[in-house]
Amino acid sequence: MPPLKSVAATLAADARHTVTVVLNGAPRTGQAHPRLLLSDFLRHELGAHGTRVGCEHGVCGACTVRIDGVAQRACLTLAVQADGRRIDTVEGLSQSNEGRMTALQEAFRRHHALQCGFCTAGILMSLSDYLGRNPKPTEEELRDMLSAHLCRCTGYAGIVRAVMDVTGQAAVSKTMGEEAAHV
Amino acid sequence: MTVMQTVWNGAAGQKAAGHRTSGLPDEAGIGAPALVGRPMPRVEDGALLTGVARYADDLPAKPGTLHAAILRSPHAHAEILDADIAAALAVPGVAAVVTGADAKRFASPFLVGVRAPMEHWCLAVDRVRHVREPVAVVLADSRYQAEDALDRIAVRYRPLPPVASIAQALDPASEPLHPALGSNLVNSRGFHYGDPDGAFAHAARTVSIDVEYPRNSCTPMECFVVLADHDAAEDAYEILSNFSGPFAVHPVMAKALNVPGSRLRLKTPPHSGGSFGNKQAVFPYIVLMGVCARVAGRPVKWVEDRLEHLMAATSATARRMRIDAAVEPDGKVLALRMEQTEDCGAYLRAPEPASLYRNHGNLTGAYDIPNLAVTNRIVVTNKTPTGLNRGFGGGQLYYGLERLMNRVAAELGLDPLDVIRRNLVAAEAMPYRTASGGSLDSGEYPATLEEAVRDGALKALKARRDALRAEGRLYGIGYAAVVEPSISNMGYITTVLTAEERRKAGPKNGAQATASVAVDPTGGVSVHVSSAPQGQGHRTVLAQVVADVFGLRFEDVRVNTDLDTGKDAWSIASGNYSSRFAGAVAGAAQVAATRLRDRMAALVAGSLNSRPEEVRFAGGKVFAAGNPDNALSFSRAAAAGHWAPGTLPDGREAALRETAFWTPEPLKAPTDADHINSSACYGFIFDFCGVEIDRDTGAVRIDRYVTMHDAGRLLNPLLVEGQILGGFAHAVGAALYEEYAYGDDGRFLSGTFADYLVPTACEVPVPVILHRESPSPVTPLGAKGVGEGNCMSTPACLANAVADALGGPVPSLPLTPAKIAALIHPPEPPRPAGTAGEVAPSKSLGGRGLTGEGSREVPAAPEQVWAILLDPKELAALLPGCEALDLAGPNAYRAEVVVGIGPVRGRYTAEVALSDLDPPRSLTLSGSGSSALGTGRGTGHVTLERTAGGTRVTYRYSAEVGGKVAAVGGRMLDSASRLLIGQFFEKLVARAGGTPAPAERPGLLARLLRFLGLNR
Amino acid sequence: MKPASFDYLRPATVADALAALAAEGDDARVIAGGQSLMPMLNMRLVQPRLLIDFSRLEELRTLRVEAGWLSVGAAVTQAELLSRPSLRDEVPLLAAALPWVGHFQTRNRGTVCGSVAHADPSAETPLCLVATGGEVVLRNARRRRTVKAADFFLGPLTTVKAADEIVESVRFPLAAAGSGHAFREVSMRHGDFAITACAATVDGTRASLAVGGVADRPTLRFWPLAGGALPPDLDAALNAFAWDLGGDDDQHATARYRRDLVRRIGRTVLEEALSCRR
Repeated sequence: MPPLKSVAATLAADARHTVTVVLNGAPRTGQAHPRLLLSDFLRHELGAHGTRVGCEHGVCGACTVRIDGVAQRACLTLAVQADGRRIDTVEGLSQSNEGRMTALQEAFRRHHALQCGFCTAGILMSLSDYLGRNPKPTEEELRDMLSAHLCRCTGYAGIVRAVMDVTGQAAVSKTMGEEAAHV
Repeated sequence: MTVMQTVWNGAAGQKAAGHRTSGLPDEAGIGAPALVGRPMPRVEDGALLTGVARYADDLPAKPGTLHAAILRSPHAHAEILDADIAAALAVPGVAAVVTGADAKRFASPFLVGVRAPMEHWCLAVDRVRHVREPVAVVLADSRYQAEDALDRIAVRYRPLPPVASIAQALDPASEPLHPALGSNLVNSRGFHYGDPDGAFAHAARTVSIDVEYPRNSCTPMECFVVLADHDAAEDAYEILSNFSGPFAVHPVMAKALNVPGSRLRLKTPPHSGGSFGNKQAVFPYIVLMGVCARVAGRPVKWVEDRLEHLMAATSATARRMRIDAAVEPDGKVLALRMEQTEDCGAYLRAPEPASLYRNHGNLTGAYDIPNLAVTNRIVVTNKTPTGLNRGFGGGQLYYGLERLMNRVAAELGLDPLDVIRRNLVAAEAMPYRTASGGSLDSGEYPATLEEAVRDGALKALKARRDALRAEGRLYGIGYAAVVEPSISNMGYITTVLTAEERRKAGPKNGAQATASVAVDPTGGVSVHVSSAPQGQGHRTVLAQVVADVFGLRFEDVRVNTDLDTGKDAWSIASGNYSSRFAGAVAGAAQVAATRLRDRMAALVAGSLNSRPEEVRFAGGKVFAAGNPDNALSFSRAAAAGHWAPGTLPDGREAALRETAFWTPEPLKAPTDADHINSSACYGFIFDFCGVEIDRDTGAVRIDRYVTMHDAGRLLNPLLVEGQILGGFAHAVGAALYEEYAYGDDGRFLSGTFADYLVPTACEVPVPVILHRESPSPVTPLGAKGVGEGNCMSTPACLANAVADALGGPVPSLPLTPAKIAALIHPPEPPRPAGTAGEVAPSKSLGGRGLTGEGSREVPAAPEQVWAILLDPKELAALLPGCEALDLAGPNAYRAEVVVGIGPVRGRYTAEVALSDLDPPRSLTLSGSGSSALGTGRGTGHVTLERTAGGTRVTYRYSAEVGGKVAAVGGRMLDSASRLLIGQFFEKLVARAGGTPAPAERPGLLARLLRFLGLNR
Repeated sequence: MKPASFDYLRPATVADALAALAAEGDDARVIAGGQSLMPMLNMRLVQPRLLIDFSRLEELRTLRVEAGWLSVGAAVTQAELLSRPSLRDEVPLLAAALPWVGHFQTRNRGTVCGSVAHADPSAETPLCLVATGGEVVLRNARRRRTVKAADFFLGPLTTVKAADEIVESVRFPLAAAGSGHAFREVSMRHGDFAITACAATVDGTRASLAVGGVADRPTLRFWPLAGGALPPDLDAALNAFAWDLGGDDDQHATARYRRDLVRRIGRTVLEEALSCRR
């Protein structure tokens, strides 16, 4: 078998390597060891602190960003894997809306869909991908998608209301057992 | 219906906010001002939604800052024999390794809330007392490098018997965690109020209940963060942390660092990612990182990761409760006898034992029960120390009390709602003095309950239950009525002391809130409070309150909630806990603003040709009540003090800034008879719900939940609704999903968010929220706390509904499907004859680890098998992943093994021994080892029995795995352990010439052997 | 909670990747979606010397029907497979089970083959592969071999895949005409690993039930139909199956509960599968 040119291209563990991404539309370059997580690269190398880190094992969803448009966990991605990719984070939402908050962000504010705000960026990034694919989700579909995000403050009610509102649907989520009142 | 499911129309809200205050604010500020009471969207949200908000980990670190990683104990209970840090210091990027010796040199043990010889250091000294207790800290250029070095620290432990339950802790024979204490029972106190013995003697009957409340926690999404620096020249610490208070812990930290409070400058960040009380527990790490900065001579940053948080940050207390009620046939409760035993974990960490005493004034809940006997016990266990957690002690108390009321109804054949009705405190009795000294300040409990029954449509829910039951479905309705205490009396914890001890210690009482209000030279108004918010929207509410006082617009007031103990006004009661914001802090801000306004009025009265008391502030103007046309702009009036202090009348001081320290009047120290009003005010909650249980899976589905709150005056209904929804979600988690689970051996089992089950959007329904407002006479704005109530009422309410559905007792919390299925499923059909497996797993839930057994015939004489087991070379070949085996003594070896499952492997230094030798018939093989992944220990008893064809080898084993791998891999631990142990015995059988395991798994052994390099 | 150090290789071709794997053997790990591997790296449960990234190997991004099989290449994500419109007809069981795999956000990244290679005893994809009688195509630098799903899984996180091999693709047989399929799982929360997952297939002659989450690997059992109906002694058969699966206790559920679910949910899905035969 011929010698591998790609083995020569192996990124050594103990060296920092140049990683270039298109962050919210602008090319950004930083240095990363192979093991550096994308979440740490964004926050501490590029200074994009809007992406939060909540569990580093892929469950809580706080670090969700869009990579080439697709919502994924930044804590389960290496910075070197993101080289050459387009990364969108919460900071880009209003940047791409002439500096104003998007309708979804406004709806979050209106419906008190956040308290401490730590999970919010990840949820917004998931939604910005998801609503592009499913512009009018049912409440059940929406809750299914949101179940990949842990929020300890809101009980999710405001988040659901905000999304249903912004997608032009019933602005009040159905009360469980509401039919009980009519039995 | 007044179902509060209003979606607040933000656009309308903002428009309304833009209106100038038109009417004249009430003099006392309690009338109907323009902004307070409105559902204002939050000023906090802009930064949070656009990602520009700065949490602690986002703030710049000083150049040269070192990053800390903490080495933690894999053992629940062990002596530390020694620690070798040399290899860790050689890891690239490592600047220092800090150990218990440094803690002893530069710090002191933390003060403990009861008089007990118990030393709690910021870093373990000599002994570890819970899994993942900090043992050493590596400081390096990056967190990655610091973690690299953790694995290079070699600590030798001598494991001690763990104390893993309340029952064990109460056993005098249990190994004392703190030898000087002699026992694991730290404190025991009895209380007698009224005449409980007389009441029990005369009552028609006694109804009893025993309950246990598990460990759980609210797990904020942001973990702990500490940035510490030490100024060696002045021996002063400057530390930033997302600490949430109470600042009564500040002196505890300062004392532990051996400095006066003035040399511990503690700052909090502008945003914090939730706390729910939990971020109180960062304080030992504040001290630890202070010590680290001092040792390293450089700034230090530590960001707790989620595994650290779940395994060792903090927990609600576990509580065992027995309550007896003396009852009349109509359900009237005459007396209660309560026995509470509280598991505070390995140390009594400040402010514990507060969990047990926080509700002391409201132990009888919402009920008029004049006679009360209480026994409170506090024990230590080999578990994470406990601390503040939303509901703080209320979830535990009301779980017992409301399950008891439910049981009273069941035993007397009464409707549970009628039993609640029969016992509620009457409206005419307000303010009501409880047996133990609480003062229920306001409310009409019976009328509030009836309103909830009506507006929450209980009648329809009952009809629904009947209809569904007729279909054969399992459906139940539950109730709970509680009082929600808020604004803790800083003296309640001293109820744990005797009156004599309290006299020696000096009085403790009150709940001082601080707020500063200032006007700047442009007329802008700034507010500062020491409330350390964690997402509740304090800045929004304070802007509403202060704008109303000055007759300004919402946006004219800027609120700052960062805290710097070196610069800002604060006191021990500062911080974010005991639902004190709305009542105490917002009230203090109103007091400060009103004082400033009154001083301004006095200064401008002359120029308005008016008397100070006639000066009005409204619509951004200042004018005399009788002459609104002759008005000064607010900014002009405010700025005068800055620009022209020389023209102030009578040389009076300018009205530039006011700081108010406000404490609720009724909060006194405990009396000599142990009466204590443990909180300033008490809200009322009445909940009911309908749940359905799936007959196949045992899963509980919340079908309808109605929660009625009387939290006094609502300052911002949008935020109040958010607090209730959030508290409810936490309570759903506590009731149905969440538990910090431990094995009997003290190993921790809930180390990831895949093991500690936080409810998601699919698990949390939207409750129907109802309100009634009975303003508190105690707080300046009439507001009471509201954020914790559902953590107190909802677990009990859901459990009562499950009891109704099951028609009998309920399992312990959380009410998981498996526990409920065990009650509703018929006995398990037996295993069909002739299908017994080779290895029969048997283990109780959360039990002492894995056990198993097997038996196999081999074509070799017992002597030959015996020789294999006794030959070190053979033994080395049998041990999975054994790389070296050295003799360490008679029949004792030290082995280097690399074991694991699939890609998960750890290098263990193991001690292996053969004992109980009875050649060639039986022996015991034991091994134990530890690695960065955790600890493992196993014992196998092997019996050799001569048969016609050779030998029957029978083995019986037990194994325990602890540490990280147990905490994060519990789901697969047993099958993985079984696979490894199986490998050992299969290889033994193979060495003795036996055939592979029965054909159930064809080819498995061959492949395993090939994989293990035996058959190559 | 940061990974230990490793070298990182993004090979240009599969051949390059296999050569590197041959050289490094067990010290190398392949990462495709990383949704299982990355948490283990972050927790330092797994510490490879070399990480070989397959996520951009277009050669492995293959998803096609060939000779009665749906073949899924190693770089195909769960989301890509789920969004295949014809999946419902081709492998209906997979269409029913995939929405239970993690969440939208993890399916966006997680691969079908990665889940199979990871061999979590509770995972849905391995269960479907066993339930349908699928195959795993393994490849090293020298050869390619195909292993039946039932023989592939050996225990938790343990398979017959050698250290120098990759799961190049997995193949699901296309559903037979007239067969019915049903999937159901019980977990603590939405999106959690299954406490018990049951996948049933009923065709013209027999009923099959595959169970995940109970034994240490997904396990399949068949019963002949009796006159077009489920066997009359199904309860006894399910009980025997449940006991054979055994199960373990953990902090969320007992072994007994898992077996109870096999008996109850097993029957439910078999009945569903029978009734939805096309």
